[in-house]
Amino acid sequence: MDFNGSDTITGPRTEDVLPSTATAAVKVVIVGGFGVGKTTMVGSVSEIRPLTTEETMTQASIGVDDNSRIEGKTATTVAMDFGRISISEQLILYLFGTPGQERFWFLWNGLFEGALGAVVLVDTRRLEVSFDVIGRLEERGVPFVVAVNTFPDAPHHPMEALRHALDLPDEVPMVNCDARQRASSRDVLMTLMHYLHTLAAQRA
Amino acid sequence: MKHQPRRERREKLPDPPPGSGPFSEPVPEPGSEKGDPERLYVITGGPDGGDRAALDLVTMVVACSTPSPTVQPEQAAILRLCRAPLSVAEISAYLRLPFSVVTSLLTDLLATELVESRAPIVRAVLPDRSLLEAVMHGLQRL
Repeated sequence: MDFNGSDTITGPRTEDVLPSTATAAVKVVIVGGFGVGKTTMVGSVSEIRPLTTEETMTQASIGVDDNSRIEGKTATTVAMDFGRISISEQLILYLFGTPGQERFWFLWNGLFEGALGAVVLVDTRRLEVSFDVIGRLEERGVPFVVAVNTFPDAPHHPMEALRHALDLPDEVPMVNCDARQRASSRDVLMTLMHYLHTLAAQRA
Repeated sequence: MKHQPRRERREKLPDPPPGSGPFSEPVPEPGSEKGDPERLYVITGGPDGGDRAALDLVTMVVACSTPSPTVQPEQAAILRLCRAPLSVAEISAYLRLPFSVVTSLLTDLLATELVESRAPIVRAVLPDRSLLEAVMHGLQRL
């Protein structure tokens, strides 16, 4: 890329430029398996066209505990889609969609560090792909809600059956959603915020 | 759900040491921003240039000056992009550079005070209620 010419870099569109007062940011992570609708959800509520940030990692970065099993380093490039919602003139909410598979867990430390909470997006046709993700969130103490993306051809299960299969405590909110719809995705985020608010009130 | 495998609930593990993974730059002490919204975090790298500034994906960056002919082209591009506040993630996306490269470029720009940065509001065990209420209010207007 030629960085000398400003023409070569496409910055934010005029309407996407944040006011100079926008100095406080918070983040929420949307996590789920491939094809479950993370990017769709980010895109449906984001005020900007979803953007992509990349990182290249070596497998040795995964963790000290795993080093004994690693014979050679392999580079992995991971892309994360994200979007943005201006909450006020000062406060900006960023939404990151991240894959839930184990090989991407090395991304999690920095991503979940400081995140307000997470949305676990699940597809009832492949419920088990979210098992590990939910376990990781529990282990890290990241508060989360579960959103069931309603695909037209997905089997319908009663929420209580899904709660049982996912072994979720009663207090963890579960909602149906259509990730393509802005209002529906917004309601999922609202459910997360209400849940976080309840947790904060309990601790106060 | 007859043949559906069932997940088993897990317990919270002790917190990992800060900076124990990629994308995980050290962040300021949780809660240090509380009641001090005007505080700016300008954290510079070490003298050998090996240390990176403590930058999160959503650390907000704004340029303090226009590019001078002496800065690297990549850094000039950041200064142009950051005439208005922009997150590190957005800078990475617009420049099509990995997050780690962007944090390295920003470390120099912060050290020379060509940009300033503001750390995100992080979850300090649990976020404070007034922040959550502000977010809910904003979402309601979507």
